[in-house]
Amino acid sequence: MKSILIAMLMAMTLPFGLATSARAGAGDVVVENAWSRASIGTSRPGAAYMDIRNAGDENVTLTGLRTDLAGMPEIHLTSTNEQGVSSMSPVGEIAIAPGETVALAPGGMHAMLMQLRRPMEEGETFPLTLLFSDGGEVTVEVPIRGIAARGPDD
Amino acid sequence: MRRRSFLGYGAAAFGVIGLTLIAGWWRVDGPGAPQAVGARPLPLTEMDFSLTDHEGRTVGPETLIGSPTIAFFGFTHCPDVCPTTLADISDWLDALGGDAEKLNVVFITVDPERDTVEAMAEYVDYFHPAIRGWTGTERQIARAVEGFRATYEKVPTDNGDYTMNHTASVFLFDALGRFVTTIDYHEPREFAVPKIRRAMNEEKAEGA
Repeated sequence: MKSILIAMLMAMTLPFGLATSARAGAGDVVVENAWSRASIGTSRPGAAYMDIRNAGDENVTLTGLRTDLAGMPEIHLTSTNEQGVSSMSPVGEIAIAPGETVALAPGGMHAMLMQLRRPMEEGETFPLTLLFSDGGEVTVEVPIRGIAARGPDD
Repeated sequence: MRRRSFLGYGAAAFGVIGLTLIAGWWRVDGPGAPQAVGARPLPLTEMDFSLTDHEGRTVGPETLIGSPTIAFFGFTHCPDVCPTTLADISDWLDALGGDAEKLNVVFITVDPERDTVEAMAEYVDYFHPAIRGWTGTERQIARAVEGFRATYEKVPTDNGDYTMNHTASVFLFDALGRFVTTIDYHEPREFAVPKIRRAMNEEKAEGA
């Protein structure tokens, strides 16, 4: 009987616990080293890279992206198989544990910016908003580097 | 009536099994089979294809004989792998300094539908000046890919567009057109540059 009561109590308090911690979660996300490459016109998709760090002590889940620059921004993963063939696919949700950093970097995950609404011009920046499962958002200004850039400052 | 429908199901079942077998054969042993791991590209002298470079010149494997060659496949609507590879190669060529002029560097598109001569010219212009962009008909591109024992595949995307899966390795050949080695996608400069030097030196050892 006692154990059932405890279980019921846990079941009742769990959703509240989750909601509170998740709000705290998205607020503790730090985005660093963001960069992207200039585009040629708008017909080709762009890509942006960054480190997304969960500086809090609760799990966070990145669910999507939003930007006025592109009609369809999505996180994609490039993978290369043992035959050396590369392919790209949408990642879906990304869980980031406390203290962990998820790197969007060339050859791994990237923010794929499909349906560009304007060309990505070298030297400019654009706002990119990261959306989290708790409704929290983090917006970062992404610098646009040259088309042949290899990193945030190289 | 029952007997007939039973026969019908039987025929359908056989059809499904037959199709499954054919699909399996296609993917495992047939034309749809992935290349065996470590399948070596043909020597350039044994390849046979004709493409157009980004300045409108007719080119083929014979164009590459006489100098060591760096060749790779990609497409200009590729946001991640291809600009990274082109930027990496530009960096390796910078590291080679004046020696870079002794190399053929060729970016062959696997997306001739969108990568016209003009599109290739516009694109390669942003990278190291030694890099040449080659395009051509679907058929000739397929022949080139086959010669390199590479693969590519058109893949539809959610937004009604398409992307291309393709071999991302960089191929190195010596001046006689013999395959030397590959540089894997995103391999660090300290491994890549000595491999290129090796392709260049094999030429010297042989060509003296």
